Amino acid sequence: MNLGIDVQRRDPWVVLTPLGDLDMGSAPAVRQAIVGAIAAGDTRLVIDLGSVDFIDSVGLGVIIGARRRARSNGGDVVLARLTESTRQVFALVELDQIFDVTLDVDRAVGQPT
Amino acid sequence: MKRAESRRDVVLEIPARADYLELVRAVVAAAAHVDPGFGDDRIEDLRLAVSEATTNAIRAHASLGSDNRIRVRCNVDDDRIEVQVQDRGPGFDPGEIPELPSIDDPARLLWESGLGLPLMRQLTDESEWESDDEGTLVRLVVYTRSFLRD
Repeated sequence: MNLGIDVQRRDPWVVLTPLGDLDMGSAPAVRQAIVGAIAAGDTRLVIDLGSVDFIDSVGLGVIIGARRRARSNGGDVVLARLTESTRQVFALVELDQIFDVTLDVDRAVGQPT
Repeated sequence: MKRAESRRDVVLEIPARADYLELVRAVVAAAAHVDPGFGDDRIEDLRLAVSEATTNAIRAHASLGSDNRIRVRCNVDDDRIEVQVQDRGPGFDPGEIPELPSIDDPARLLWESGLGLPLMRQLTDESEWESDDEGTLVRLVVYTRSFLRD
């Protein structure tokens, strides 16, 4: 199955780690986790993509939506641990110019809030 | 453009469900690996492009509540791989797809969908859509690096 997401609190951040391919099949679960976190008041999100070897336009849409929702609620989204293949997909549609990207989760949760 | 089926074609017919996307990607990559002339990077490009086309096909069938299968045909030739994705959805006018806004345009950050076509165009050497009210045929072609150099 190409599905699953791990959620961990690293106050004041919440770290969401999708596991497997981030496509049309897995995107609803990831979107639900993001919407749930923001609805619960956790608007500072780290999306750890270190376990995602494949991302498509649906997955990108989920991450764009996460940033929009988080920012409209006073928070933000930081991306961590992009694999080479994922980084290339972000670059193809220039999203690498928009998102804050860090090499590891510790660095992401150490960002000023 | 439709092409007669050849003995080298690999043909896959899948239910219009997202949990078959991984299978489509695996089959396309495996078919491409038959020819050692294609580098892993080109195969990755094609894998994503075909996944995007199949995702659109699944959406098209869902919009009609259709139980029809989606047909994916993969032809590996000496210097090129061609994949056709055929759906039986409602069709669309490719000319009416809005252009992706510039990355500097704030409207771009509202584009949570609509990135599939730009990705397919960038990832392949040829991409073509034929669509009418009986469905859509997407044709995606990737050439070997050595062919493109010559």
